[in-house]
Amino acid sequence: MASRKRKMRANTKTKITSFTMVLAFWALIEGIRLSGHLSSKFTGLLIPVCAYIIMAVSLNLVVGFLGELSLGHAAFMSAGAFAGVFFYTTAGATLPQPLALFFSFLIGGTAAGILGFAVGVPVLRLSGDYLAIVTLASGEILKNVLNSMYIGVDSEGLHFSLKDQFSLGLLPDGKMLMKGAMGITGIKKCSSFTLGIFLILLTLFFVLNLMDSRAGRAITAIRDDEIASRSIGINLTRYKLMAFVSGAVFAGFAGVLYAMNYASLVAAKFDYNLSINILVMVVLGGMGNVPGAIIAAVILTVLPELLRGFSQYRMFIYSIVLIVMMLFNQAPAFVARRQRLRLKFRTRKAGQDGEDGKEEI
Amino acid sequence: MALLEVTNLGISFGGLQAVAGFDLTVETGHLYGLIGPNGAGKTTAFNMLTGMYRPSEGNIILDGEDVTGKSPEYISKAGIARTFQNIRLFRLMTVLDNVKVGMHNRIHYPMWDGVFRTRTYKEKEHDMNRKALQLLKVFGLDDKADYAASQLPYGQQRKLEICRALASKPKLLLLDEPAAGMNPNETEELMDTVRKVRDDFGIAILLIEHDMKFVMGICEDITVLEYGRIIAHGDGETVSNDPRVIAAYLGGEDD
Repeated sequence: MASRKRKMRANTKTKITSFTMVLAFWALIEGIRLSGHLSSKFTGLLIPVCAYIIMAVSLNLVVGFLGELSLGHAAFMSAGAFAGVFFYTTAGATLPQPLALFFSFLIGGTAAGILGFAVGVPVLRLSGDYLAIVTLASGEILKNVLNSMYIGVDSEGLHFSLKDQFSLGLLPDGKMLMKGAMGITGIKKCSSFTLGIFLILLTLFFVLNLMDSRAGRAITAIRDDEIASRSIGINLTRYKLMAFVSGAVFAGFAGVLYAMNYASLVAAKFDYNLSINILVMVVLGGMGNVPGAIIAAVILTVLPELLRGFSQYRMFIYSIVLIVMMLFNQAPAFVARRQRLRLKFRTRKAGQDGEDGKEEI
Repeated sequence: MALLEVTNLGISFGGLQAVAGFDLTVETGHLYGLIGPNGAGKTTAFNMLTGMYRPSEGNIILDGEDVTGKSPEYISKAGIARTFQNIRLFRLMTVLDNVKVGMHNRIHYPMWDGVFRTRTYKEKEHDMNRKALQLLKVFGLDDKADYAASQLPYGQQRKLEICRALASKPKLLLLDEPAAGMNPNETEELMDTVRKVRDDFGIAILLIEHDMKFVMGICEDITVLEYGRIIAHGDGETVSNDPRVIAAYLGGEDD
C-alpha cells in the first residue's frame, strides 16, 4: 500500500505547513518584540492580522471548499464582534477576566453562527451571482441595523430603540451601552497576539480536520458537481449549511478578537470593502488552499501600512502587487516555471502526482 | 418479486410529453439495455428513475417500496446508483476520494468525530480506504488512487464513475452511455468489466448505449424507445429484427 502512504503525506503536508507557518510567525514576532525592535505601528497591526487570517481561512471554507461565492463574510464578523463585546461590557464585567473573555468568544461565535444559519437557509438555495448578491445585501442590512441601534441600561433594566438616544427614556442613573453609529465605546482592550495565534490554530485545526473527513469530502464533492453529489445521496442543504455556518462561527471569533483590540466598536468597519478584501485574500492564496490564504492575509494587511510612505501612489502600488500575485499564482507560464523550480529542489522526482491537484482551480 | 417494477411511467415538460407509458421490470443479476434514437427519452427515463425528475404519472417500485417522486438522495439510499452521459466526476478530488464520497451513506460517522480525529474516525476511514482500494482494484485503478480525477484519461474516468456508483453498494446500477467516446478496444474491455460487475457484485444493471455491438453483446433484455414510447422489447435478436426498430434507426417513412 505504498500509494496509501503517499496520500497520507499529501494530507498531512498541508497541516504541517499551516501549523508551522503560524507558529513560526508567532515566534518571529515575539522574538522581535522581546528584542525591542517592534515598532508601535506593527504592534497595532498584529491583532488585525490574526483576525484577518481567521477570516480568510473561514471564508475559504465557503468559497474555496464549498465553491459558493459569499460577499457577506464581514457581516458575521460584525455579528460576532457586537455580540461578544456587548456581553463583555455588560455581564462580563461581573465575571473574572479569563472567564468573561471565554464567554465573550462563545457568545460572539454563537451569534455569528445563528446569523449564518438564518442567512444560509434561504440563501443557499441560490447559487453563483444570486448568492453573492444576497450575501452582500445581508451584510449591508446588518450594518445599517447595527448603525441605528441604541441600547441603554438603568435601574429599570434594558432600553432599546432604533430611533435615537432620547427615545430610550433613560433615568438619570442610566448608562448608554450602544450609541447607534457611534457603536459601543469604552471597551477594555483585552485581545492579545498570543490569543490571536491560539484562535488561528483552533480555526486551522477545525477546518483542516473537517475537510479531511466524510463531511469535508461531501462539501468538496458539492463544489465539484452538485448533480453527481445528489445522485450519490449527499444532502446538499445539510452540507452547504455546515460549511456556511462553520465559516460564520469562526468569522464571529475573528470579530470578537478584532473588536477587543480597540476602545470603540462601530458597525461601519464591517462593510462591503472588508468582505471584498477577505475574498481577495482567499482568491490570491488560491481557492481551497489554506496556507496560501494565510500568507495572502498577512501580506494584504501589512502591505497598505508599509506603503503609507508612498502617499498618493499607495493604492497604485497595492493594485500592482495584487496583479503580480495573481499572475504568479494562476498564470500557466508562472505555474509551469514554479513547478520546474520545485522539481529542481527535489532529489526524488515526485512530479506528475496528484498532490498538486489542490492548487489548480 | 422483481427488484424494480416500473409501470406506466411518464413525464411532460410543459406541453411536451417526453416519456409516456414506460414499463420496465428488472431482476437481480441481469443486464438490461435501453436504446433508441437521439432524443427518444432514454436519459429522461433515467432521470425519473433516479429522482432527478419527478414523473407526472406512473409508479416506480424498488424492492417492494414505492419510490416514485422521491428525492435523488432518498433513491440513492434506497439502492439505485448511476453514471452520467457526460462524465460527472469530482474533478479536483483524488480518485480515492471520489470512491470514498460514493460511500457517503454506507459508512457514516458524525462530523465531530472527523474534527477531533476520534477512534471512530480512524476505524471508519481505515475501513473506507480498504474498501475503496479494493473496488479500484477491480477496475485496475488502484495504482492511480492519488491522482486527481481530472488527470485520468477518458476511458479511466468512465470506469471511475462506475466505481463511484458501485461504492454506494447499489441494488441497481444505471449506466448512461458507458461506451460513449471509447475506441473499439476500450469498448471491448468495458464489456468485460460490466459483465464482471454484474457477476461479482450480484446486482442488476440497466444501461443506455448507442453502440449496438455493445448492447447486443451483453444485454439479455433490450427495450427500445422512440419519441418517448416503447416500440419494442425483447432479447437482442427479437429487437434487431423488429421492423419498427429498423425503421426508427434507419429512418422509415414518417406517418
